[in-house]
Parts: sequence; C-alpha cells; structure tokens
Amino acid sequence: MSILIDRSKKVLVQGITGREGQVRTQLMLEYGTRVVAGVTPGKGGMEVHGVPVFDTVEEARETVGVIDVSVVFVPAPIVKNSALEALESEIKLLVLVPDRVPIYDVLEIVRAAKSAGADFVGPNTLGLLSPGKAVLGMMGGRARAAREWFKQGHVGVSSRSGGITSSIAYYLSKNGIGLSTLVHVGGDPVVGLTHPEIMKRFEADPETKAVVMFGEIGTSQEERVADLMEASEFTKPLIAFIGGKAAKEGTRFSHAGAIIEGERGTYEGKVRRLKAAGAHVAEAFDDIPEVTKKVLKSMGINN
Amino acid sequence: MARLYEYQGKELLKQFKIPVPAGRVASSAGEVRAIAEELGRSVVLKAQVWTTRRASMGGIQFADSPAEAHEKAKDLFGLVVKGFRVEKVLVEEKLAIKQEFYTGIIIDDTSKMPLILFSSVGGTGIEEIAKTHPDRLARMSIDSLTGLRDYQARNLVRRTGLHGKLQFQIGSVLVGLWQIARKYDARAAEINPLVMVKDGTVYAADCRLTIDDYAVYRHQELGIEVAREFDHPPTELEKIAYNIEKNDYRGTFYFIQLEQNFKKGDNYIGFHGAGGGGSMMSMDAVNKQGFKIANFTDTSGNPPASKVYRAAKIILSQKGIDGYFASGSGVASQEQFHSARGLVKAFREEQISIPAVIRLGGNEEDLAVEILTKYTRDLPAPVEGYKKDDSADYCAGRLRTLVDHYREPAVKPEPRKRPGAEKPYTFQTLTGRVTFDHAKCESCESKICIQACQPGILKLDGDVPVLAITRETAEKGKCIECLACELACEFEGGRAAYIDLPIPGLEAIRFLNPEA
Repeated sequence: MSILIDRSKKVLVQGITGREGQVRTQLMLEYGTRVVAGVTPGKGGMEVHGVPVFDTVEEARETVGVIDVSVVFVPAPIVKNSALEALESEIKLLVLVPDRVPIYDVLEIVRAAKSAGADFVGPNTLGLLSPGKAVLGMMGGRARAAREWFKQGHVGVSSRSGGITSSIAYYLSKNGIGLSTLVHVGGDPVVGLTHPEIMKRFEADPETKAVVMFGEIGTSQEERVADLMEASEFTKPLIAFIGGKAAKEGTRFSHAGAIIEGERGTYEGKVRRLKAAGAHVAEAFDDIPEVTKKVLKSMGINN
Repeated sequence: MARLYEYQGKELLKQFKIPVPAGRVASSAGEVRAIAEELGRSVVLKAQVWTTRRASMGGIQFADSPAEAHEKAKDLFGLVVKGFRVEKVLVEEKLAIKQEFYTGIIIDDTSKMPLILFSSVGGTGIEEIAKTHPDRLARMSIDSLTGLRDYQARNLVRRTGLHGKLQFQIGSVLVGLWQIARKYDARAAEINPLVMVKDGTVYAADCRLTIDDYAVYRHQELGIEVAREFDHPPTELEKIAYNIEKNDYRGTFYFIQLEQNFKKGDNYIGFHGAGGGGSMMSMDAVNKQGFKIANFTDTSGNPPASKVYRAAKIILSQKGIDGYFASGSGVASQEQFHSARGLVKAFREEQISIPAVIRLGGNEEDLAVEILTKYTRDLPAPVEGYKKDDSADYCAGRLRTLVDHYREPAVKPEPRKRPGAEKPYTFQTLTGRVTFDHAKCESCESKICIQACQPGILKLDGDVPVLAITRETAEKGKCIECLACELACEFEGGRAAYIDLPIPGLEAIRFLNPEA
C-alpha cells in the first residue's frame, strides 16, 4: 500500500494544454499514473499524449466516470476557480501545483473542500509520488529520473520543501532505504493537507513503518505532529529535521502573530517539542539516512 | 510582504468609516508647518517608516505651534530609523487620550481561517499585556465566506468587559477593519492603539496593513512598487529584479539584498539558491565556512535560462563580493541545463573574476555540469560544477578553498560588449531578441545552431539559419530562450549568434557605481 496515490486512482489534469501541464502529463503517464482526462476551457476535443481534453470538469466526469484526483496546473489567479470546479464534480483529492495563489483564495478552497468532504495538497507543491506506482504533479520531473532516484519500501516522507522532498528521498534510496509515499505538503503558510494530517494517513498505512519529516521554521505544523504523538494518534517512529536554524526568526506579521504563536514557529521550539514527544531529530541534514537506518534496524526491519 | 505606510492605511480606514485623527501626510518641513497651521491646535508628527517602536528612536514628536512643528520636522526628515530614511511625515491633531485598546486580524495557519483579536488594554508592549491580562483579550475565527458580522464583533468586545456606547463604537471599527482586510487581501491588519478620547469618541491612532504579495496584482490602486517581504525600502537592484519577475511568469525569481556596506575581502558572497528548503540549507553551509551572504536569490519552479541569466547578472552587480555560490536542494526536478546555460552566458559576458561554485544536482545534471565547465574554462576565475552526490557542505568547502587561494587579476577584465553584425537576421522572443550575423553563418561549417535549438524552431535557408515558424509564434514563447544556439555557436559554430536579454535599469546603476 501507500497513501493518497497508487496505480488504481483515476486522475484528471486541469490546465493540461499549458507549458507545465503537457510536460508533467507525460511524466505522470510514463511513470504509471492513470491519467484519464484533461481539461482546458475552449480546447475540448484535443488530445495531449493520448489523453482526451474536455472543456469542463463536469463534461470529463460525464464521459470518463468518477474521477479520484485532479492535478491543477492553471495560472495562480484562476486556481481557486479550477479547484471549486473540481470539487463540484465530486473529486475528493486535489493537487494544486501553482505557486503564488492569493491566500484568501486558499481560505475559500479550504472552506469549499471541507463542505465537500474533500482534501487538497498545496498550493505551491511539487506533488506526491508512490515509488513504483504513480506520481501526481511534477516530482522527479521526468519518469526516467523518478524511477532511478526513488526506490520502493517502507518509509514515508513528508516535507515542506519541494526540492528537499526529492533530495531526502534520493539520499534514503541511495542508502538502501525504500519508500512508501513522498508528499510535498506545499510551501505556503496555509496549505490543504499539513504534516499532522499526512502523519495520520501514514499511521493508517500498514506498508509504512516509519516516517521522515522535513519541517521548517514558521507555522505550527511540526508542533501539531508532536501533539499527535503525545496523544498516541501517531505511533510510528518519526525522523525529523527542521530547516532554517540560521535564518532569522520567522517573519512576524504583527503583534497578533506574536500573541497567537508564542514560541511556536521557532527552530528551538519545534525541536524541543518533537524531541519531548519522542521523535528522532537529526542535527544535520546529511545525517538523515544514518538516523533512519538506525531506527529501522532497531525495529528489526530490513528495508 | 507588501506593507502599507500608516498614512496609506489610515486613508483606507477613513473610506470604511473608521474615525482617524484630523491631518495628512507631508513631504517637507514647510508642508508640515502649513498643515499644523490648518489644524490650528497641538499636533503630533509621525515619521512614516515600516518599523515598530519608532517612538523610542525619536520618530514621534509633539508640537504646540506651527513654528515648533516646523523646527521638529526639520530633524525628522533625514532621520534614519533602522535603515529607513524618513521621507514622509504624518501630521495629525494631538488627541487627549483617555483609554487605549488593541485590535488585529491575522491569518491563522492552524485553523486555516482569519482570526481577529481584541484587547481592552492596548498600546506598546501588547504581547506582554496579552500574557499578563488574558481576561482582557478576546479572539475569534472569522468564516471568510460570511465575514465578521456586527453582533459577533460586539460580543467579542463584550468578552473583554466593555459595554454600551463604547462597545458599539468599537464593534463597528472591528467590522470595518475586517472589510478592509478582506477587500485588500491583507495578511495582517492592525490598529494599535485604538483610543478613546475625553468626549468618548473612538479613533484609530495608528494602523498597520500588510498586503498578501500574491494578491497585490488585484490592487493596482495601492501603488505598491515591490510586492516583497522587505525590512527595508527596496534598493535599486531589488526594484530592477522585481520588474523582471513581474513581467515573466515562467518560474520564480526572488532577489533581496541582505547587506550592502562591505568591501572585497570582507568574505561576502553572492548567493543564488533554488527552492526555499534547499536554499536555506545551502546558506547554512556557506555560513559554516565563514562566509557572509550579500544577497538572497532564488530561481526555481522551472525558470527559463534567460531568467537565470538575468538573476546572475544582477547578483554580479553587487560591489565587493568575493565569491559566487549557487545551490538548491541537490536533487532538482527541473532540467538543470537551463540554469547552467543562463549562468554561463552571464559569467562570460561579465568575464567573472571571482570564484564560483555551482551545485547543479537533479534532472540532466551530467549535461548541465558539462555545459558549465566546458564553457567557462577560458574565464579569469575558476567555475566549478557539482551534482546530486556532492553535498552542500562539500561544495561550500570548495568555495572556501577557491576563494582562499584565488588572486584576482591585477587589471579587472572588461565586461564583453555586444558583438556587432554585418548582415543581421533577428527575431523577437518573449523577453528578448535573437540575432544571427548571416555574414558569418555563410562560412560556418557546423551549422550547429540548428541541432542545438531545443524546441527545434530553426531551419537552414540555403546556407544560413532562419526561423522555421512564424515570428509571432517565436515571440509568443515558442522560442523558450534556452540560450543553446548562442553558446553552441560560440564554441562550435561561427560566433554569429547573440541573444539580447535586456535588464532595464542595470546599466544605469553600473554607470553610477563603476566598481561593480
């Protein structure tokens, strides 16, 4: 198993005829993702790498049946519109790749997804990948590279940086540690599925035995993962690294931010909370594979 | 984040019927005097800068007469507060304050909703007050679809112990502040202090609004010049960089100067990252080697070579840097040869005379490193390229070694001039112009440009390269500005190709700062 994406899921690409949409559709198809349809308003009837293009999501759904996932590659100002359109067609997982989506648009998507009982990853995400199964978004860039870099196994990866998702996954694979699913939760301050929500899914996935998490200064995601561990809602071993130790303190937008956050969001605060909750916090990025190896060994897992 | 000055924020408050003190902004001491005369009472002069605690730095002055206001304004203009030179002063009536409150709206990442705070104790040190008097602070999440309703606002205020007319007035202020935050896409909106004067009227004595960078395009009327999170007013180079980004949607380019007052030998380097997480770790790696970072730059999200080229040119325009370090996550999903070509073109034009270490790990890294090393061998300074199995720490160590052992040429090499063309054949691209000198092409044997062109939009017309598509399609983006034709032509062809990629304003800066 894996989380969120595998070979069986039927995938739609919104913005399939654009610069990124075309290239990444090729990546997804070649890697094994079941891309069943694409949408670009005004371009219905075309084909992209053999995938039929429709004018609207509703039309795609009527033609190809229930769609599980939509990957969105439209320009940032119209991401909200595309997301709402997909939610109305009862798509339960969205992957919002674009960067620079206005934050109030994201809040509206949060609201709409909640009432539709759906989830989304991003915005500003490289996507997700279950090695040997399927990829959503642009992780790996090319199918050949993705196959070479990421090996299948039992460690989940959740990261707030796109590039770091790939690099952790590559360095783990290189050290003989296979992976269940890689998730880039997105780089924006408000995103759909956050670290704690991803942890819950890894908890429920029997194939995932341990998780590596790349956190960053700012937001409360890592602290909430510590909360989950303390509440025994996440019980698998967690190897964590927090980026931004040397960066100046996360931007405080106002007094309100300081009042709400307190010491949350800082490097020291996150490391302290995670350690107290029992996570294995790596001091240096390059230590992650070694720390993970030890954890797996202590569990008697030969990955 | 794009911040508004207090006076701009107060203009918006006025439009939403939130009372602000009488007065307006001035650009000179003379104007301050005139406003003080108009107001005809004691005034407060407030330096317009983006920092907190400006009062402790002399940024707030009181005056009882226009003459006194004039004198004090002379000191305020030209005052430098945390790197900000005061250029505007807000002149307002001095209020007889009886009580101070605080209110602020922020977007909370945990609830994924806007959150409004109100405190019946306000003013300086509000964070401390929140800790010592939690009963005076009330908060609630706002449903962004329905907004903040009047009764919700009043109930929020009620929870801090305020009643009657005061509660009613403040409730209206809160609703107005929410409407402003929503309409202008504010990441944060704050009134501190909100005050009540002797006659019981409530005024916003200060105002801080921070607009979401990603939504600035919706609010042209705010006149935000650079939608970036700066703790200083944008520098000339930052403005130039921002204009490039604003006009090119392909990939992301971010440039901010962290330090400007340094000279050669001070260990400052030009930093060129790719992606947030990777950049952060790469900065840690160079810091560990004792370097200091002159600028933070990020080109990521699959940018074209032309954007990387412009970024490199801007980084190299900083005076006094001792080295150039480019590094991202190490395992990039984007094709790295685009970055390699962009850097090579910039390094060649500048005849780079500081050591450069470039970490190009990721897709197509072999080709990327080959391009980088092959095309920079003849440059004055060493340029080294690395791949995904070379850690950021190792690469930063290489830069340390190179910088320590490098001796700059006694005479600084001249940047290369744009070559002239005898028989120019040109076409426009999305952000530039390609020129082939057909006089040279005729005698070229390799015709390497045709196969080098990645999108395959060139063909031979007899003996010379021309577009195989219409000029319009090339200009609309079919020419992806990969720069492959120019570099291939220089090394394996007739040195006939040149791509102009203008950077508006950069030449003028260099003319003013010739050492750069």
